[in-house]
Amino acid sequence: MSEALHVIQDPTLTYRQQLVGLARLGESTDRSLRYSDAYYAAKAKGALCDLNEGVMPFRPRYICPDYELLFQKGCEFLQLDPPKDLLEAVNVLEIFYCHVPSITTYPVYLGDLDKLLEPFVVKEDRAYAKKVLKLFLRNIDRVQTDSFVHADIGPEDSVTGRLLLELTEEMQLAVPNLTLRYDPEKTSDDFALACVRCMLKTAKPSFANHRMFLKEWGDRYAIASCYNGLMIGGGGYTLPRMRLYECSLDARDADDFIARVLPAYIDLQLEYMDKRVKFIVEESSFFKTNFLVTEGFVRQENFTGMFGVVGLAECCNHLLGIADVRKGFGLNPEATRLGLRIMDAIQERVAEHTAPYCDAFDHHYRLHAQVGIDTDGMDDSPGTRIPIGAEPAMLDQLEVNEQFHPYFPTGTGDIFKFEETWAKTPEAVLSIIKGSLSRSLRYFSGYLENNDVVRVTGYLVKKSEIEKLRQKKQSLNQVTLYGMGAQDGGHALDRRIQTHE
Amino acid sequence: MNDQAPINKIIPFSNVDGPGNRTSIFFQGCTYACKFCHNPETIRLCIHCGACVPGCPTGALRRENGLVRWNATDCVQCDACLKACPHMSSPRIRWMRAEEVFHEIRRAFPYIEGITVSGGDCTLYAAFLKELFPLVRAFGKTCLIDGNGAYDFTRDPELLEVCDGVMLDIKAADPEWSRFLIGNDGACALRSLDGLLRAGKLAEVRTVIFPGRDHENEETVRTVAQQIQNACPYKIIRYRPFGVRTEFQALLGEDTTEFEEAERYASLARSLGATKAFVV
Repeated sequence: MSEALHVIQDPTLTYRQQLVGLARLGESTDRSLRYSDAYYAAKAKGALCDLNEGVMPFRPRYICPDYELLFQKGCEFLQLDPPKDLLEAVNVLEIFYCHVPSITTYPVYLGDLDKLLEPFVVKEDRAYAKKVLKLFLRNIDRVQTDSFVHADIGPEDSVTGRLLLELTEEMQLAVPNLTLRYDPEKTSDDFALACVRCMLKTAKPSFANHRMFLKEWGDRYAIASCYNGLMIGGGGYTLPRMRLYECSLDARDADDFIARVLPAYIDLQLEYMDKRVKFIVEESSFFKTNFLVTEGFVRQENFTGMFGVVGLAECCNHLLGIADVRKGFGLNPEATRLGLRIMDAIQERVAEHTAPYCDAFDHHYRLHAQVGIDTDGMDDSPGTRIPIGAEPAMLDQLEVNEQFHPYFPTGTGDIFKFEETWAKTPEAVLSIIKGSLSRSLRYFSGYLENNDVVRVTGYLVKKSEIEKLRQKKQSLNQVTLYGMGAQDGGHALDRRIQTHE
Repeated sequence: MNDQAPINKIIPFSNVDGPGNRTSIFFQGCTYACKFCHNPETIRLCIHCGACVPGCPTGALRRENGLVRWNATDCVQCDACLKACPHMSSPRIRWMRAEEVFHEIRRAFPYIEGITVSGGDCTLYAAFLKELFPLVRAFGKTCLIDGNGAYDFTRDPELLEVCDGVMLDIKAADPEWSRFLIGNDGACALRSLDGLLRAGKLAEVRTVIFPGRDHENEETVRTVAQQIQNACPYKIIRYRPFGVRTEFQALLGEDTTEFEEAERYASLARSLGATKAFVV
């Protein structure tokens, strides 16, 4: 059966999911953009992966529009005036979102919703504002049907922030993903606790280390898609990834890997990224004619390329001949030290590379700990995470994370699954989050073991929706399928449960 | 001083041993041998009888010069030794100095509110605690004592001075019931309750509610509630047979106290002025 026919006949795909699937197939029939033979060879053996980005990039992978600008001057192309009240504000956003491209076809960044909407919310009666926001969230869940759709709040407390938390808890939706920018001086304990309570009920928001992002990005950064740091008014051109375990199979030992194998693969991935970035900027129409560019909602110089890695744990374990993951990376100091050496080597070589069209980033790409995809199985753990099933006690896991998170300005994170009693002690969870973010953890996610909405690798799914797919029914959210794959192949929902022992 | 104490277990993160996230340190050895004890393996010190050695599946336990030696690296925490022990003890004990405990727990400090010392009965090692607490408090972390009621805190102002509070068990107010449950009349615990209250060091009181023991439960709850009022939280705990020695399950029942039954006592306590009473 042809791939197209397969998409057309698949009973579990919605119309929109079929459309996206067929478009992807169509895109990959063109051969205009060629990469080197060495790149294709590396791709064929699984050492490098393009994350199904498509052969012909016709838009940047991730786009983070400047929604403040939208509210200031409106949008000529979409014939939208600056909003004057809450109803107009959410209507403007709902329309605009439908015209923000991305790799998923859905907008991966919805804006700093609390800051955007607060001036309008405070002018309304609280109950009315809540009703409007409820319809707004419902619109997002039913129209932007993809879990990589992401909104940000914080670091300050606000009426809008509180209402969004209340509604998130009440509505139990997988979309949008949500992040609190946490800053110990700007985020009150009371607001942070409200976020923890909400997280324990619905697996969101996650907590981003605001101070760490500020240092790297300045104050105009977005957390988009899974946990990706990007610039507002910019975004990420492309995100390929090195599958470090498969890369390590070429090496005789750890030294050989670092001296010979790793640099060659890094260079291949950089070359691949350069070609794609140049193509998006020079050949595709996006940066020439798309209204987001021509009206200034994004600027080309605020985009960067995201250099992804995955499977550091399996790479280190292989190089050291460690077969039992419970004695490997993250639990064995020698393996963890090797991980740091490898990351230093990657960071250094990527920093030496002059990247095209990354003006706001001193002409460099930025590292990203890719969270894995549904077909990775158990071969490559997400980014630099400790493999599922081998997680040590939470304190040990946090300490390992804290050593690796600083490498990844365009995103990394870890997820902790809590046993039910923690729902009664949100302040205990907050202590842990505050402690880790005061050190060098970049991004903390948590959920409760029996939730319906759960975090898979970086994105959210509803377990009940996965069940629908298993019964060959359709799921409106196109990410549910990934969740099922990650659950079946990567045991992604079987991560260690945090009890008090 | 540099005395060593037998440490049964250190849990870096615990959300059930006092407010916030805490590191819990469990000492080995107890003054009591309560019939409803859920971890009877903490009651006595190992007498090196060796009964646990043959059943260890990984060889983490062996005999050496008449002593039972435990190798933590090889141990898989299967608890076979605890089940084999005829003596309410555990071979998995580390004798540690206060400074050693401090060095082991300090890496958890960024993530915790403080520490809780528990047991067994940690107050058997009061001198040790007086060494440990100042080290911990110097880092702004609180030190709570989980007390079984055996220690007369009124006679140790020095210990009270260096701790932030005591979470006290009041197991039974009626002397007869107390003698049955824990082997003494419980007067010492009530004296401590009073003393801690006066000293402002009472962090929490806990009482276990037994299924069907209406008279005994009520007397304990009434006594505590009238005494503590709203000074601290009062945790009403449901009896659960899990972990209780089989011979005592026969005496105390194999049923868990119903939530509704426990809630009646929490509600009684609140009506008597202990406004922070709740069921856990």
